[in-house]
Amino acid sequence: MTEAYIYDAVRSPRGKGRKDGSLHEVTSVALGSQMLNAIRERSGLDGHAVEDVIWGNATQAFEQGGCLARTTVLASELDERIPGLSINRFCASGMEAVNLAANQVKGGAGEAYIAGGVECMSRVAMGSDGAAVAVDPTVAMDHYFVPQGISADIIATEYGFSRDDVDSFAVESQNRAAAAWEDKRFDKSIVTIRDVNGLPILAHDEYMRPGTDMQTLGGLKPAFKDLGEAMPGFDNVAKLKYPHLEAINHVHHAGNSSGIVDGSAAVLIGSKEFGEKYGLKPRARIRATAKIGTDPTIMLTGPVPATERVLKAAGMEIGDIDLFEVNEAFSSVVLRFMQAFDVDHSKLNVNGGAIAMGHPLGASGAIIIGTLLDEMERQGKSTGLATLCVASGMGAATVIELV
Amino acid sequence: MTEFTMEKGADGVAVITWDVPGKSMNVLSMDGANELDAAVTDALADEAVKGIVITSGKDTFAAGMDLNVLAGFKEQGAEGVFEGVMSLHHLLRKIERAGMDAKTNKGGKPIASVLPGTALGIGLELPLSTHRIFAADNPKAKIGLPEIQVGIFPGSGGTTRLVRKLGVMGASPFLLQAKLSDPKAAAKAGIIDEVAEDPLAAAKEWVLNAKDADILKPWDAKSYKVPGGAPYHPAGFNTMVGANAMIMGNTWGAYPAPKAMLSAVYEGLMVPFDTALKIEARWFTNVIMNPSSGNMIRSLFLNKEALEKGANRPEAPDQTVKKLGVLGAGMMGAGIALVSAEAGIEVVLIDQSQEAAERGKAYSESYLDKGIKRGKVTAEKKEKMLSLITPTTDYAALSDVDLIIEAVFEDQGVKAEITKAVEAVIPEDAIFASNTSTLPITGLAKASSRPEQFIGIHFFSPVEKMLLVEIIKGKETGDRAVAKALDYVRQIRKTPIVVNDARFFYANRCIIPYLNEGARMVSEGVNPVLVDNAARLLGMPVGPLQLIDETSIDLAVKIATATKEAMGDAYPADAKGTDELMFWLFEEGRKGRKANAGFYDYDEKGKRTGMWPGLEAKYPHAAEQPELVEVQHRLMFAQVLEAVRALEEGVLEDIREGDVGAILGWGFAPWSGGPFSWLDMLGAAYAADRCDHLSATYGERFACPALLWEMAEKGQTFYKRFGPEAKAA
Repeated sequence: MTEAYIYDAVRSPRGKGRKDGSLHEVTSVALGSQMLNAIRERSGLDGHAVEDVIWGNATQAFEQGGCLARTTVLASELDERIPGLSINRFCASGMEAVNLAANQVKGGAGEAYIAGGVECMSRVAMGSDGAAVAVDPTVAMDHYFVPQGISADIIATEYGFSRDDVDSFAVESQNRAAAAWEDKRFDKSIVTIRDVNGLPILAHDEYMRPGTDMQTLGGLKPAFKDLGEAMPGFDNVAKLKYPHLEAINHVHHAGNSSGIVDGSAAVLIGSKEFGEKYGLKPRARIRATAKIGTDPTIMLTGPVPATERVLKAAGMEIGDIDLFEVNEAFSSVVLRFMQAFDVDHSKLNVNGGAIAMGHPLGASGAIIIGTLLDEMERQGKSTGLATLCVASGMGAATVIELV
Repeated sequence: MTEFTMEKGADGVAVITWDVPGKSMNVLSMDGANELDAAVTDALADEAVKGIVITSGKDTFAAGMDLNVLAGFKEQGAEGVFEGVMSLHHLLRKIERAGMDAKTNKGGKPIASVLPGTALGIGLELPLSTHRIFAADNPKAKIGLPEIQVGIFPGSGGTTRLVRKLGVMGASPFLLQAKLSDPKAAAKAGIIDEVAEDPLAAAKEWVLNAKDADILKPWDAKSYKVPGGAPYHPAGFNTMVGANAMIMGNTWGAYPAPKAMLSAVYEGLMVPFDTALKIEARWFTNVIMNPSSGNMIRSLFLNKEALEKGANRPEAPDQTVKKLGVLGAGMMGAGIALVSAEAGIEVVLIDQSQEAAERGKAYSESYLDKGIKRGKVTAEKKEKMLSLITPTTDYAALSDVDLIIEAVFEDQGVKAEITKAVEAVIPEDAIFASNTSTLPITGLAKASSRPEQFIGIHFFSPVEKMLLVEIIKGKETGDRAVAKALDYVRQIRKTPIVVNDARFFYANRCIIPYLNEGARMVSEGVNPVLVDNAARLLGMPVGPLQLIDETSIDLAVKIATATKEAMGDAYPADAKGTDELMFWLFEEGRKGRKANAGFYDYDEKGKRTGMWPGLEAKYPHAAEQPELVEVQHRLMFAQVLEAVRALEEGVLEDIREGDVGAILGWGFAPWSGGPFSWLDMLGAAYAADRCDHLSATYGERFACPALLWEMAEKGQTFYKRFGPEAKAA
């Protein structure tokens, strides 16, 4: 079978996902097309060089609707014969784009793909595309729908993570992200976002709060307590599914959950022959991919079974993995991952994660694959695993190894 | 025409009067619907008719649908229900569109409805299809859609129309909680349009003056927007998310009807009105075809009413109670005095000291004061009710009572003494009833010189709230005593069941094993939270551990001790775990809610704050916890097998009483229709199979009763074999 290699990976800096965020003035199309242009330029791609652009986005409405992938290709300098496929697996959309591309290459359906995603959360609000899963009684009631924050709190309750546990994890994420920027560890991948005249708009992740400590976080109120305990009382719904729980321990808040940001990322994936044709050196092989559905109420435990599945596909064991990237949707998600596999924090999210830098939903999967690859190269570690929890009870994972 | 008649006036108003012969309140039959259709069609076609008024010939408008209609639809399966409901939609839609041009919305005839009084179910859905609803200023009238309470939902457009009128948030109290309003409140809520002194005259005037725009429903206008937003409008989205979660939380997901109704609302709000009606009909059909709704209607509507009307009353002359003697003015006695006085019965309330007797009466006073505060009771009513209760220590005051209810200390000796003393002063034909909950009636009757006039009338606590009264026949109890008890229960507007004498009668016989099973699981290391939540997920109003706390742990200990004493060697060995736990809690001083300490911890206001951590310290949770369904089956079978045994032993003579009594007496999973209905849903074969599994795993108490075995083999159901039709045959 053909192998699929990663030839390049780029990402935008992440802007605060608010009206005063630096990237709020940049359209999803402009943000994404700058990623495509960077890939094209850095690898010297010409003409019909790739088969398709697979583009993840979790809120496909308004400017992110109408097959954003194709729109972004048209706005970029890529050849118009390259079509564009928009996909949505919520938070794993960017990873699913990479995995789909890799499997297309492996299956012989084209030599190369650009895969990635974008999410301008300041411009197209989360949930503004509607979601039957939350409102359609045939699904919401029969499957005990609760919002993600409640799910993260169920994980903390079920697996015994205290407020201190989740807060200290968040502090560490901030410390690591600050140190990584200080050490210029993201330089290889960051693409400065520019205006129509080429003037720079944003060159660094602006969501971070260096110096965050337990005391600052300790002052924050649990964000999902009212929704859970008062109106409309999601804790009662959670207890229908988890009747052994007496109460939900509400520990999450903005400081130990992923940040709302604007951002984009892209990965160039191709066969060996593709690299030879363009004189490109493969950076990593995509060894295995996986996706899985899980209980939609606790919702965010997908990284565990997705990892089990991807390891099986790779013929590996957890001890064979040198470095991990587990998307920091909520502290408890990553703590549960470390608990389930007994993975040491020193091997995981070594440069911080979405709690510090933010989580642009449709892009994050591609971002963490790039971050993982950069760190593997920096440390000279050969194997890495990236995984994300996904809304509605899903998970996705990718195993890569240096070539 | 017999149910609807039409009179065309010289003023150009056709008045259609609904007056079903031989019924105190109108209910809609299929014949009626056809007559109404014919009348409306005629009036719309008649050029001399300018407007139409639909009213009632009774002092109420209508009580709802004739349930035979639904039963008839159901015989034809899902298709029959759907087509039948759609035919009602067509009729109501014909009224609503009133001959308007589909495109211009012009040229229709104004149609108003007039509600002289109560309008429930289809009795409101029909008016909602008219262009304006006028109601008489009748504060006693109840207006609303109570369908959800019997396991269905308003399926003749009431759901779709009310949501489009008031929005999801505005309509939810009326649809989901079946809130009933008097005419003024209904007008304020926007359910009806106008309260008028002479609603018929007002309606006539209105139809003669209404313009095209006045009779166009908002949802038929192009500019229509859902109040509060449709499901994918940001505000509407949040409302739907919240409604789903709240209904799940409130019903523990146990009831099909609210879910189906919310689906009809959600799907219906995204399509044009006629399509929404079709969707409503599909979900309504789905609920009707669900066995739960049929069972709920049967137990909570048909059979409850049948029992209240005296389905099991022996032949005997009218036994209406005129003067009642209540012995013992404690909590039960005080409650009995209260509900009796409320029914206009004169009460002599006796206790050992005048002070204790007065305290019993004061209970009524504080109850009535609370009612006055809430505007539910008038000062005159309070005065009148209190004047009916005479607290005294003097037995001579009992010389002209026709019924005695004793609610004294649960001790055979004490009761015997009182029986003798009282019988010495009361009239010879008076009936003597005991409110005992534990002592067999036949034994107590031994103290009576007139055992055929001795009976058990067992109230549940708190008397003023609990709807069920269990009437217990001792071996020698005569028909007149039973009739007396039934007539009395009817006077105080509660629901009676009549059972034969046996340990714990019927209700307590079934509740106690439920409580014991819950405690037993805790003693085995099952997480107590799982135990109580498993019960709630079955639709039980209270989990067994919470219920033990509510009824008090000393009572549980007392009952266990007494049972052990009474049964001797026959006392089941598998009660050990439960007993050890209960006695330990008792010794720890955790006597339940009244002590602010039981299985649960309580705050100083008596609110549960969580499971007592000491419980887990003593009974650590087993590493391997049972599946939810296993816990649920233990809790359910503990109850229903007792019900089956009560039937087998002849304690229960009528399964309708077993089902209705279970729901009203201890809140047995109302969605199921009661223990026998639940078993019928399960099927005897499956139930017998579960018994085998449960008894092999957990003990003999789950052994399959011979009756259930036999039914499993013959493929029978309880209602086919023991239902009223089978009995009549």
